[in-house]
Parts: sequence; C-alpha cells; structure tokens
Amino acid sequence: MIITFDWLKDHLKTNLKEKNLLEQLTNIGLEVESVKSLSGDNELFKVAEIIKTEKHPNADRLKVCDVNIGENEIKKVVCGAENAKKGLLTIYAPPGAIIPKTKTKLVVAKIRGVTSYGMLCSESELNLSDESDGITELTREFKKNIGKSYFSKSKSNLIDLSITPNRPDCLGVRGIARDLAASGFGKLVDLREKKIHSKNRHTLKVKINKERGQGCTAFGSCLITNVKNSESPKWLKDKLISIGQKPISAIVDITNYVMLDINRPLHAYDADKIEKGIIVRNSKFGEEFTALDNKNYKLESGMCVISDNKGVLGLGGIIGGTRSSTEFNTKNILLESAYFEPGSIRNTAKKLNLDTDAKFRFERGIDPLSIEDGLDKAAKLIKEICGGEISKIDIQKIETYKTKKIKFDPNIFEKISGFKISLKEMIKILKDLGFEVKKDKKRLELTVPSWRPDISQEVDIVEELVRISGYEKIKYIEPIKKRKKSTLNKYQKLFHFLQRSVASKGYLEAITWSFTDKRYNDYFRDIKKEIKIINPISSELGVLRNSIFSNLILYINKNLDRGFKDLSIFEIGPIFNGSNPGEQNTVICGLSAGKKSRLSWIEKDRNVDVFDVKRDVVQTLVEAGYNSEKFFIDNETPNYYHPGKSGRLFLNNKKNQIAAYFGEIHPNILKQIDIKTESLVGFEIFMENLELPKKTLKDLKVKFSFSDFQKSERDFAFIVNKEVKAQDLIDTISNVDESLIKDIKVFDVYEGDNIPENQKSIAISVTIQSSERTLNENDLEKINNLIIKNVEDKTGAKIRS
Amino acid sequence: MSDLKKIKDEFLSKLSGKLDISEIIQIKSDLFGKSGLISTQFKKIGTIAESERKKFASDLNIIKDELQDLISSRINELESAEINKKLEKEKIDITLPERSFVRGKIHPVSQTIDEISSIFSEIGFSVEEGPDVENEYNNFTALNTPENHPARDMHDTFYLDEKKQKLLRTHTSPVQIRTMLKDKPPFKIIAPGRTYRSDSDQTHSPMFHQVEGLHIDKNINMGHLKGCLNYFIKEFFEVDKIKMRFRPSHFPFTEPSAEVDIGYEMKDGKIIIGEGDQWLEILGCGMVHPNVLKNVKVDPAKFQGYAFGIGIDRLAMLKYGINDLRAFFDCDYRWLSHFGFDPLDVPTNYRGLSR
Repeated sequence: MIITFDWLKDHLKTNLKEKNLLEQLTNIGLEVESVKSLSGDNELFKVAEIIKTEKHPNADRLKVCDVNIGENEIKKVVCGAENAKKGLLTIYAPPGAIIPKTKTKLVVAKIRGVTSYGMLCSESELNLSDESDGITELTREFKKNIGKSYFSKSKSNLIDLSITPNRPDCLGVRGIARDLAASGFGKLVDLREKKIHSKNRHTLKVKINKERGQGCTAFGSCLITNVKNSESPKWLKDKLISIGQKPISAIVDITNYVMLDINRPLHAYDADKIEKGIIVRNSKFGEEFTALDNKNYKLESGMCVISDNKGVLGLGGIIGGTRSSTEFNTKNILLESAYFEPGSIRNTAKKLNLDTDAKFRFERGIDPLSIEDGLDKAAKLIKEICGGEISKIDIQKIETYKTKKIKFDPNIFEKISGFKISLKEMIKILKDLGFEVKKDKKRLELTVPSWRPDISQEVDIVEELVRISGYEKIKYIEPIKKRKKSTLNKYQKLFHFLQRSVASKGYLEAITWSFTDKRYNDYFRDIKKEIKIINPISSELGVLRNSIFSNLILYINKNLDRGFKDLSIFEIGPIFNGSNPGEQNTVICGLSAGKKSRLSWIEKDRNVDVFDVKRDVVQTLVEAGYNSEKFFIDNETPNYYHPGKSGRLFLNNKKNQIAAYFGEIHPNILKQIDIKTESLVGFEIFMENLELPKKTLKDLKVKFSFSDFQKSERDFAFIVNKEVKAQDLIDTISNVDESLIKDIKVFDVYEGDNIPENQKSIAISVTIQSSERTLNENDLEKINNLIIKNVEDKTGAKIRS
Repeated sequence: MSDLKKIKDEFLSKLSGKLDISEIIQIKSDLFGKSGLISTQFKKIGTIAESERKKFASDLNIIKDELQDLISSRINELESAEINKKLEKEKIDITLPERSFVRGKIHPVSQTIDEISSIFSEIGFSVEEGPDVENEYNNFTALNTPENHPARDMHDTFYLDEKKQKLLRTHTSPVQIRTMLKDKPPFKIIAPGRTYRSDSDQTHSPMFHQVEGLHIDKNINMGHLKGCLNYFIKEFFEVDKIKMRFRPSHFPFTEPSAEVDIGYEMKDGKIIIGEGDQWLEILGCGMVHPNVLKNVKVDPAKFQGYAFGIGIDRLAMLKYGINDLRAFFDCDYRWLSHFGFDPLDVPTNYRGLSR
C-alpha cells in the first residue's frame, strides 16, 4: 500500500513531521517497507511531444526523434521504443535528471554515433507502473502542458507500507489515519459523507441469485445518467500520480481514488451496454468473457459473476469485462458497490491466476457497511466532474451484516502483555479505533467496528491495546537459568557426535537441497519409490532425494571442474522413502575422490579406495561407542556401488538393521555422469538403524581389568579358496577360545606365484594371553593345533608349512 | 714415595693423554682387572701393620675412586663424541614439508545450530525435531491458518500431491504442534531444521533453516518473550549491548505478534551488530494464539506463552560476514573450507561459543 503524507493529511490533522510519521507507522504495526522519492528532481521530467522521427543511420531498432520540450525548444533524442512516433505526447527527461527506477543520472551521450540529449521515459522507468513496453503515452489533454513538469510540485514522498493480511482497513488511507490518530499522532478529520437525496428512479434491475456458494451477499448500485466522461481535473490526477498511479479517465480515476482513500472498491459499467438488468450468479462451466486486462477467461462452474441477459459481464470483486466498460463517450453509468465473500474471491482468483487491486482487498475483507458511503462519495464526484443525474441508491442483499460483540476482561491485558495501562486509557484507545465501548461491571462490552474482520476474541483486543500503547512499554524479564530436562536426547547427541566425528576425518560438511535432479536421483534410487514435487522450482529440482549421493556427486563433479583433485565431502541430513510425514531417514553420507598423498616427496601416492571409507565408517562407529568386534560385514549392497568393492555393515550378527554401506561408486554411474577422477568412494551411515549404545560413558569407565601374565604371538599362514572371506577365518579363530585369544590381525593376503590358481594365502597373527597364569609351551601348542584344526575344518583351508 | 702415590701419578698422567676407547679399557683392566695394580693393593691390606692399615685402606679407596671416576668420564666423553659424530651425519633438511594432513570442517549452518542450542540450553530449553514432509494440517490449519487465509500466500509451498495435503514444511512451526500434541504442558523447546519455500533469487533459496522456539507455562507473558530474545541475541552475537526493537506485526499463529529488528551500522563494508541507527529484521514472534492451543488440547485459560521463529542462515550470515545466501548450499570447496569450522570447535557454555 503506497501513501503520501499529503494524502494522509486529508484525514489527519497533525503538526508532526514525515520523519516522525515513518517511525510511528512502524511502531503501530504498519511497517514502512520503503520510502521513494518522486519529488526532488521531479520537476525536470517534462511533458513533451515528438514532432518528427527518423530511422537511426547506424541501428535498425533505434529512432532519432525531434522532441518539442516547450517554448519552441527542440531536442534530438535517440529512442528505441516501438511506439515512438510523430505526434505522441510523452515524458522527457533532460541530461542531469535521475531516473527514479534505476537511480542513474542521465548524461548527453552518443548512441551509435548520434548524440542524444536526454531520454523519453517508459512508465516503469518513472516508477509509474510496471509497464516497460515502450515509452509513456499521454492523452491529448496534456498538449497544453508541453514544457511543464509532469509531476506536481508536491514534495511528498511515496511511502510504501507492508500491510499485514489481517488489516484490510489499512488498505485505504483513512484506515491508516485512524490508527495513527488512535496512537496520538494527530486527530482524525471527521468526514461524514453526505447522503445522496435523489428522486430519480433506478431503472436497472439488479438481482442476486440465492444459490449455493453465492459469493456476493450485497450489491449496492446507482445510475448516473447523461455524464460526459473526460480527463480528470488536476487535483485528482495529481493525487493519483503522487502515489505512482497513471490517470486514465475521470470515471476510472474516481473509482480508483475512492478505493485508495477509504478502501471501498467500486466498479463502473456503461449502463447502455447492459442487457436489461444485472444478475449476480454462479458461473456455468465453460462460460467465457474478455476481462479488462484484454485476456479471455474460461470459467469453471460456481464462480461469482456479474451478468446480464447476454452473459458474463465481469468477475465480481475481481475484474470487470470489456463488453460493459466505460469509455470517453460513455453517457450513462451504473456504479457498483458490493460485498463479496473473501473465500469465494480467493478461490476464483487462484483458479484463474488473477491478481487485481480489488481482489486483493475483497479477499481480505471489505467493510460490509461501506457500500453506501462508497456510492455517495463516488457518485457525487462523478456528478461534479462529469455532470449528469444520480439516481436513488438500490441495495440488494441476501444476508445482513451482524455487528460483532466482545466481552473483554481488562485484567487479561496485563496477564498477556506483562504491563499495566489504566482502564481509562484502554477505553480511549478502543474508541479511537472505532469500537463502541460500554462498561459492564468488571468487563467492557465492545462492539467491533465493521471494518475490522480480524477481531473476534479477547486476545484480539489485547493486541490492539499493546500495539497502540507501544511495544516499547513491554518489560524485559531476564530468563531464569534453570534446566529441568536435558537439552539433547541420546539420539540428538549421537547425531552431533557422528557429524563432528566424520568431519574430523577430513571431510568438509556440505548442506545441499533435500530435492534433486530426477536423473541423478535415478542413479542412486535403487529400489526406492520416486517422490515427485508437484510444483518444483525447476525441473532439475523435481524430486525428493532418495539418497544424498545424488547431490554430493553433482557437487563433487563441480568441484573437480574447478580444478580440485582430491576431495572429501559429507552431508548429514534427510533422505526420503515416501511422501508421508515421517517417511524419511537421517543419513550421513560421504564421498571421497582422487588420491592420497598426491605429489608428496615422502609418501607414495595411491588412489582412495574402499578400505579408506571402510576405516572412516568403522572408526566413526567405534568412536561413537559401538564394539567393532561385533560388527558383521558382507557384500550385499545397492546397485549404485561397485558390486565387488563395496560392503554392508551390521552392528552385530543378528543382522537386524543395516548400519552402513560403503564402497566404490559403480563405474557405470561415473561414466554416465562423465566424472573425471582416479577413484570415487563413498559411504552411507543410517542414523535410525543405529541402536543407541546401551552403556553410557559412566558405565563403560567403571570396570578396568587387564592381565599382567606373559602374552605370546603366533603367526599362521593359510591357503584358502579365493571366495573364503578373511572374516570367516577371524571368526573361527576367535571362537577357539575367547578367553585366551586376545587379538587377531591379518597381516598379509597374497595370490600368485607358488599359490595354486583360485586360491590365496592369508597370514594371520594371533595374540594369546591368559588372565590367570603364564601359559607354558604345552598350552600354546594345544591352542595352536586347535586353531589350525578348526580353521581347516570350517573353511577348507590348509596351513602353509 | 709410596706405591699408591706412584700408581696414582702414573695413571693420572696416562689418562690425561690422548687415548681411544680401547686404550682406556686397557688402562681400566691394568688397574682394576683381577691382577690389576689397584686390585693387588687391596689384597695387600691384610698384610699391613695394624697401626697403618686404616690409613692405607682409606688412601687406597680415595685413589680408586679418583681413577675410576676419571676413567668413566673419559669413556663417556669419547662415546658421546662418537654419537654426536654419527648424528651429525644423519642431519636432514627440516624445512621439507611434513606428511600431508587433511582437515575436515563443519558447515556454518551446523555450527550456528550448535551455538543456538548451547545458548538456549543455558536457560532451560530442550531441542525437538520434526519431519521435513508435513501434512497440510500441521503446517497451516492447526497453526490457525485455515485454507483461503491470505497469509498462506506468503508461504510459497512445495506440494507433494495434487490435493495439496502433503507438503514440504514452510516453517518449523509444525514442530510446535507435534510437541504439544505429544506431551503435556509446560513446554520449553527449540526446534531447528530445514524449511522450504518455492522462492529463488539473490536473497531467497528454496531451502533454508529456521529455529522455532516455544515456551508455554502458567503466566508467561510478553515480558518473558522480550527478555528471552534479548538474552539470546546478546549471547549469540557475543556483545554486551544490543539495540533491539519489537514492532507489531501479524502471524496467524501468534497474537499479539511482533517482528524484531536489531540495530547495526556498516563499518568498512562490514556489519557491526549492536551499534548505529540502522535496523535489521531478524525474527518473528508473539504470544501463541489461543486457537492454536485449543487445537493441541492445551487449555488457553490455564496456559499461555510465546513462540518465535528465527532464520538460522541469516544469523550465520550476520555473525560471520557471509554475503550470499545461495553460497551456503552451493558446496564450493573453497567456500566450505573458508567458512567451515574445525570439528573440535564445539560451542559450549563453559568455553564460550567461539574462539
């Protein structure tokens, strides 16, 4: 909502300055979004006429225009607008002027070799409208103004307010003035509109169909006959220009003015174009009409339309149609002032994707009792400016407005706001805001003003009182430093631990969108269901991610393109399994690309490999408190991992829930994405599948036991079939005697010379120690033999002699 | 001259000469070997007249100690000279680079969430979470934003079904609803997390982070709200004084509602929080609307309190001088390395939020 201080002064008597005004507006909840200057250099922008155009000698699209800027002064201006032609009245900006939109200062400049003295401006460049197609076209009326400043001399700034959706009353200047007056910023001017006393009959019949979902509950109108539509008088044009609107014709300007002034949208029809009478009804499916925006709309059923015998004239409260629009030669006018249901307006506008000033106001709720005021005010202005005779006012209603009453307990104010104001003060504020106030024992009986659809209960009254008395009166109550519940639960603690644990292994944490490109998602979707976003921001962000890899691989590729070679990134966040709330999992996903020790004088470089990520996963889990001796790992992994170089990790051999996957990313994916790196490995840890460690640190630290008896290390080398897993050997050995076998290490794996084909040699070192005595040679020999026997029996291995 | 004196003088002079280790060991054996000169003298002690025996033994011991000390010190000297010579040969170029190391980092948004949690932990808030995919009811209707409410226009919502029943949450406020439905009052929680709006330009990204706050108890009023946020902002920006402005606004789920601005000024292109006369909007808040409490079966006649919502990315930008919101999610290695935090820098109450 754009206002000027000058316009406000029509409604508000005040001696205060604009600076105070801006502060006060914000203080009472009418936030000042911006203050734009239309003045200042404004007087430099002159009404001018193009008297000749020629094609630019060096550019097809440009024209060289001779422009009359008054007092027989002709300027040469280069202009690219298609509508620049001889005889056009427009707005000229001389060198030195600052273009309001771009804030750039014009200079005399050579454009493709032709010197241009100034510029012809579009409406958008002047902040008059969003119209940027061509230069401003002024009506013939302006011919007498050539050479004069287009903008009036008003020094008033354009104040753009962000009005919250609960305050439709402040979409009119008067509503804003009322709030300001209540807060002590001046006095509201009494402007009671004089009623129209007319003896002329209203000869156009208006009917509101009583049907289900009827969006119009009241339709007021009057006829104004024998008018002569014209340009608006200067005061009215200046008014509209002062807030950045473009005057069109007196009738349109007047309806706009009344809407902006008292938030009462009106519509003027050319009465002669209406067939017989007005019928307000629900639309039928497939009905069409051409609206004032020159677009054709095809309607669904049940939209509130204003129609006549021939069909739809307009969408009630949203936009009128071209068939009945007023023009300069319009003689008889039907002026409409109606009430439309916010919900109905919103539904229709949404379905047709239409946004207009009227729609914006009606969907927030117009004062239902302003129907007559609006007609009075506008009809009188039309008569004043365009002449003619006003008929009696006719108001059709299918519902009567009931005033809202609230019983307000004044004690509630302090209970919620934490500070006190006197009852007297409360009553004054409420009265100033338009409430009727009656004292009823300990309560106030309030009648809510009809322009405040947002107020229906006591807390709404508290808000009004706090707002107008000022938020600065609210005290600061220091918070108490007391904690009844731990800040994080165990799961959240684990989240934070794992996050920092992975980062400490050299991974940079990334945060990427929860949605992703369908193509990338498909690479990592495996057997999961695709979840589409109905209205994505772009097709590349069209689905919720089924895996974090889709985003990470995209970004790792971008970083490789930036010239980085060795990269490790990770993200901890949601992946989605379905479109219902809760069908998501928290995953820690990491990717590592390139080499270790690249270009090192001391270490030999090598590609990152699956055992790097296996270490990162295992170490992270061990740090978080899980026992790696119980981990169970096999090689069943989703299809986006290298089938031979990837693993699946369970916290124990019950294999209930997959704790993690790790491995090389499938070479096919790398090929399709065209990612250029020596090696790409990744992992996924599934937070929800990690059973919370039962033991707390406190529990773990209690028992400390160790053995001081001598320990022995024995080495074994087994020859096994290639498919036998090292883990099988380890498990078998550890089962021989868990109390004596303290540690098992695989220190060599070998295939090739001296080993039969399809077999391999695995060398294992076993640490044996008793916690009761020192083992003698005999004991050790026994265990040795047991180890060899068990391994040979269970895995088909042969000990290497 | 007694024998002892003779031995002493002879060997002192021998030991003062230039000798190598083997020569010294030879001397050692000449003196202290089985039939060495000193050893022989010791054997003689028994044969000496009783009157002189004591003195003889004492003199002998002194000479023995003196010679022994001298021998071991000469050996040490030679040995360490030898080691030093060897070490000298082992000298390396210490300016060669160390073995390579990797440094991981924590994303500034994660760090900021931890900072926020740490501050609110001190005044008794606990952390709650909710799902990213929400139903329409929790995201809007339960929060007193029924269908057709114009306030819904401000939330450009991503939907997951044609009926618009499932969506990506547009704010963290649905966590309020979930928390209050799950438990009984009082409530004192914060809920950080991802939020989504189909909006994308220089200052908006389709995904961003919010932290929701909710404090419901008996007699919690707007003064508590003001005090809590003032405390938070001061702690977060690690400044002693903060300029804050509460101004009326409107959110369907709170009433009265407020937006909060903090004072700042620009110095050398950097934002200084807490000084100057410029205002910067940083959060929205208010007293939880009685309709919301009713929707979650909390009696508004008994319980009341406040809620707030803060943009986490925005806070991080202000505190750490990050200019571009979109860079947060762009995953540029250089940016992550520069703005990321060392994982050991865990914000805590006792060591402070940051270094």
